[in-house]
Amino acid sequence: MSVLDIHDMTVAYHRRPVLWDVDLVLEEPRLVGVLGPNGAGKSTLVKAVLGLAPMAHGTVRVFGEPVERVRKRIGYVPQRESVDWDFPVSVLDVVLMGTYGRLGWCRRPGPRERQLARECLAKVGMEDFERRQIGQLSGGQQQRTFLARALAQQADLYFMDEPMAGVDAATEHAIFTLLGELRKAGKTVVVVHHDLRTVEQYFDYVVLLNMRVVAAGPTNGAFTADTLRRTYGGRLSMLEAVGDAVEARERA
Amino acid sequence: MNAGCFLVAQASSLGERVADRSFDFVQAAAEALGVPYNTLLVLATTALLGAVSGVVGCFAVLRRRALVGDALAHAALPGLCVAFLLAGVRSVPVMLLGALASGVVGIGAIVALRRGTRIKEDAAIGIVLSVFFGAGIVLSSWIQNSTATGNKAGLDSYILGKTSGIAAGDLVVVAVACLACIALVALAFKEFRLVTFDAPFARAQGWPVAVVDFGLLAMIAIVVVIGLPTVGVVLMAALLIIPGAAARFWTERLWAMTLLAAAFGLAVGIVGAAASSRVERLPTGPIIVLVGTLLFLISATSAPRRGAVARWVAARRFARTIAVHRLLCEMFEATTEVASDWRPSEHRLAIAEARRRGYVRPAADGYELTEAGRAAAIDALRDERLWQAVLVEYPELAVGAADPFHASASEVLPPAIIGELTERLRAAGRWPEELRAVAASGGSP
Amino acid sequence: MIAPHDDLRTPHDDLLAPADKPLAPLPARRDPRGDIVLGAVVIALFVLGVWLVARLPAPGLSWWTVAIAATCSSACGLVGCYLVLRKMSLLGDAISHAVLPGIALAFFVSGEITGVPIFLGAMALGVLTTLLTQALRDYGNVPEDTGMGIVYTALFAAGVILVQVGARQVDLDPGCVLYGMLDMAALNTTRVFGVEVPHSIVTLGIALVTTLAFIAALWKELKIASFDAGLATAMGFRAMLIHYLLMAVVAGVTVASFEAVGSILVVAMLIVPGATAHLLTDRLGWMLAWSVVVSLLSALFGYALSRWLNVNVAGTMAVVAGTQFALAVFLAPRHGLLVKWLASVRLSLRIVGEDVVARLYRHEEAATGAAFDATQGGDGEPQSVWQRWRRSWAIASLVNSGLVRRAADGTLLLTAAGRQVGRSIVRAHRLWESYLERHFELPLDHVHEPAERIEHYLGPELQTQLAEQLAEPEQDPHGRAIPPS
Repeated sequence: MSVLDIHDMTVAYHRRPVLWDVDLVLEEPRLVGVLGPNGAGKSTLVKAVLGLAPMAHGTVRVFGEPVERVRKRIGYVPQRESVDWDFPVSVLDVVLMGTYGRLGWCRRPGPRERQLARECLAKVGMEDFERRQIGQLSGGQQQRTFLARALAQQADLYFMDEPMAGVDAATEHAIFTLLGELRKAGKTVVVVHHDLRTVEQYFDYVVLLNMRVVAAGPTNGAFTADTLRRTYGGRLSMLEAVGDAVEARERA
Repeated sequence: MNAGCFLVAQASSLGERVADRSFDFVQAAAEALGVPYNTLLVLATTALLGAVSGVVGCFAVLRRRALVGDALAHAALPGLCVAFLLAGVRSVPVMLLGALASGVVGIGAIVALRRGTRIKEDAAIGIVLSVFFGAGIVLSSWIQNSTATGNKAGLDSYILGKTSGIAAGDLVVVAVACLACIALVALAFKEFRLVTFDAPFARAQGWPVAVVDFGLLAMIAIVVVIGLPTVGVVLMAALLIIPGAAARFWTERLWAMTLLAAAFGLAVGIVGAAASSRVERLPTGPIIVLVGTLLFLISATSAPRRGAVARWVAARRFARTIAVHRLLCEMFEATTEVASDWRPSEHRLAIAEARRRGYVRPAADGYELTEAGRAAAIDALRDERLWQAVLVEYPELAVGAADPFHASASEVLPPAIIGELTERLRAAGRWPEELRAVAASGGSP
Repeated sequence: MIAPHDDLRTPHDDLLAPADKPLAPLPARRDPRGDIVLGAVVIALFVLGVWLVARLPAPGLSWWTVAIAATCSSACGLVGCYLVLRKMSLLGDAISHAVLPGIALAFFVSGEITGVPIFLGAMALGVLTTLLTQALRDYGNVPEDTGMGIVYTALFAAGVILVQVGARQVDLDPGCVLYGMLDMAALNTTRVFGVEVPHSIVTLGIALVTTLAFIAALWKELKIASFDAGLATAMGFRAMLIHYLLMAVVAGVTVASFEAVGSILVVAMLIVPGATAHLLTDRLGWMLAWSVVVSLLSALFGYALSRWLNVNVAGTMAVVAGTQFALAVFLAPRHGLLVKWLASVRLSLRIVGEDVVARLYRHEEAATGAAFDATQGGDGEPQSVWQRWRRSWAIASLVNSGLVRRAADGTLLLTAAGRQVGRSIVRAHRLWESYLERHFELPLDHVHEPAERIEHYLGPELQTQLAEQLAEPEQDPHGRAIPPS
């Protein structure tokens, strides 16, 4: 039973395809980086899997079931821009939201959920901030809070949409340490990522996306100068440097 | 305070003098046309009002300022009342000045709230709109209950609008405002177009976007204020929005949209005023709005290309074309290179459509492609494979340009690239036209 | 485990911050004084309001009227909080207008303006408004605000015409429909459990209880769907379903309130309390509570004011609510403009004071022995009255806190404590210059100005971190010694 099975997915906005005949199968737990140029449909892929963007065509199965049936096993960290930072919730409230899915309709989080939320906050080093309103945090702290919320979901498959956007280097490293722990605990984490320099360091599986899946596979096989060129074209000089580095490593 | 009173008195006496002159003029025109004086007056006023609302409303709708007109209209009410209290008599120009002043204060409050506090724009509009309107209601009920001249103020008629009170002076006010706005739009059409289309670009080009925006806001304010006596506070926003929004369905060009909106506004004004004058007690505002809504609904449903019906038909045709293309490709592939397991049950609708187009016919064990179908399948498959190759080989061309459902690759991309990709596909044995040979020699499908 | 990471702004953030906006430091603990004062003011206002109403003639009737107004505005205020948070205030406005034709039609059928059919009809129209706006957006490519403007004005226009036409046959006063008839509402009574109570308070009470039950039952669903609709859907709570339920409740509350405040001004009761409450607190529960407080005060003072001036009650309630909102904008404990302004003044005073101390320190360091006038601006630029005033104020407070003393000839001298502060600031400045030079390869003439700004925000901890990263440098890029901590 595969963790994630995307079959022939097509997503179109205003009849303009954003993703086109995407096939992707993750057979076992992985720490997956989804990479690709701007407008390649990385966020759309995540949203379509979760049912937040309408699919024109195709099927998605998670743990062998339709997404609707296994929502409780899926965690999600949306992009930070979509959040209203003036919203009157505290850090603990936000993390508690992670437990809502398991509670189901109408039941309130109790002491056990609070305990869990505090533990998750402690894991990301935010236990001293639980009473802060979320707008009063720095960018890195906000992202840690969202990560704690994802942990509180206690999911088996996580989707994270650009969790590294606008965070400091210390937080980025800390987040990936934590994602590595999740991976070791047998969870699958799918991260939309934009920084090619850190790919090899962080991910053990990459999906290179440009409307279609250009390459997917374990990082040392799929993340090559050739696949990068086919994903990004020749438009970034920075890429060439990365490509050279990859090639140098391949030769060594 | 004295200076204020003096100005108000001056303005009202000027208004009276102008009103006298225009009374003579309208009467002469009415006699010449053989229409009753009052009818001509009302029709001319509402027609002009509709036209200018249409022109200004176009830009308001396109610049996402549709609800600013609503807020302005509501915020104008207290100004009307205060102006009446100051002037002591019902003088249209003075009251409109008051309305303009408090409307502008309201808009200023919205902007200040949005910039200076955590209040979002929607709440800021809602707060200003309702609190100013509440203040207006308080003032107007105080005037009616407590002052001797209160019941002459006719403040009630400003809320839902009334045509019976229109005087010749009002027509002059409307005509002057109308001319001013239309002249401004005509003179600065290029600037308005640039700013409504792409404000950041306009700013980068060095256009004074703030000035243009202010000009637009000033025009909205003027139109709203002159429309208040006729259409009323509550529904003024509709007169501003409807002609422009309706015109948008019929054309893709701004100048045509502006002219069409003016025509729509004119028609709505005339028809609405005529209808409301037939039925006693009916306030004019709601009638005008309902006539406009009817026009809008007709536009929204039946306009060519942008109307809902046209779009629905296009979307259906598009979906069918996609389905047929996939069907043809899969059937063709099944007869040539791979034994792909295409199942007729998955394609029932597409098969029906393909049969209608003559691409597919029933065969012994299901369906087979006709000659026309084979040709169409080759076209579709060639395009699909070209696009796939483009995505893989030239990703930088693909994002943004790739539109595999709409355009054929050979039309969009440079011939050199197409040639190269064609060779690659040929070399890989994936070029559809050469697959046909295989199919033909392979015997029956 | 991730190490605690308490630097609220990374140095890089500061580097990019515009020069005219120094970053306000965050309070470590919430300062309760503002809330205490606010609570006291509110209690005093309640007492005043009750006293005012009690002095009106016919107090018995007045209390019923106030009770009706308070129930109505509380129900509206509670549900309005969610409208404000979801940035859908205008949809509330649209719904409150759009239910009018439903009310009119139901009135013709049943002959009364309360009852189950009217509620159901109005809720249907409320959801219909939402649906129509969305349909115009999705199928007609009409922008949302434009679509809303068309939908609700059309429905409202239809409603007005229905009321006007219907008013000939039945007793339905257009004025009452638009502005409510709160004055009359207390007269129309029914017997409930043997007690004679106004009819509307029963309706409004049911509406209030329903709203409370709705919020209590779907507390967490409403919270998550309002905060992050995408996440809610991803977790299996259908955000659209919650949205429509909320709109139905808004419509129901609107109809219940309609007899009291009419169809136009109900929007003030919906939006203003919620928006005011949002300025007063950072917790959802408290926001709901504050919205009820604002609603109650609006009812009390609105009614008193209307009786006193002999004017429309709905109007005065809107005005009182608006006044409270304006007060909150300026005087709210944490988000008010006054507090923000004071904080920025205090910060700029601190910066000016620290600059003076730092300049005195540098002067001592140079040890020229020449007289030094620290009261002048740093670079001899002409100063505005405000700048000079600010400087002398800052110096006065430095003298006051014992960092600086005046010599007999009027020149300023650092005290021992002041020297310590000055050293820390100069150290921060030079460390940051070194950091910039090292890591950003800025030319030497570019490092002074950012350092001049950053020096006020680099506490001892960050200084230590910087020093460690730079391997305990002894000199800044200009070759001046970095003082030890």
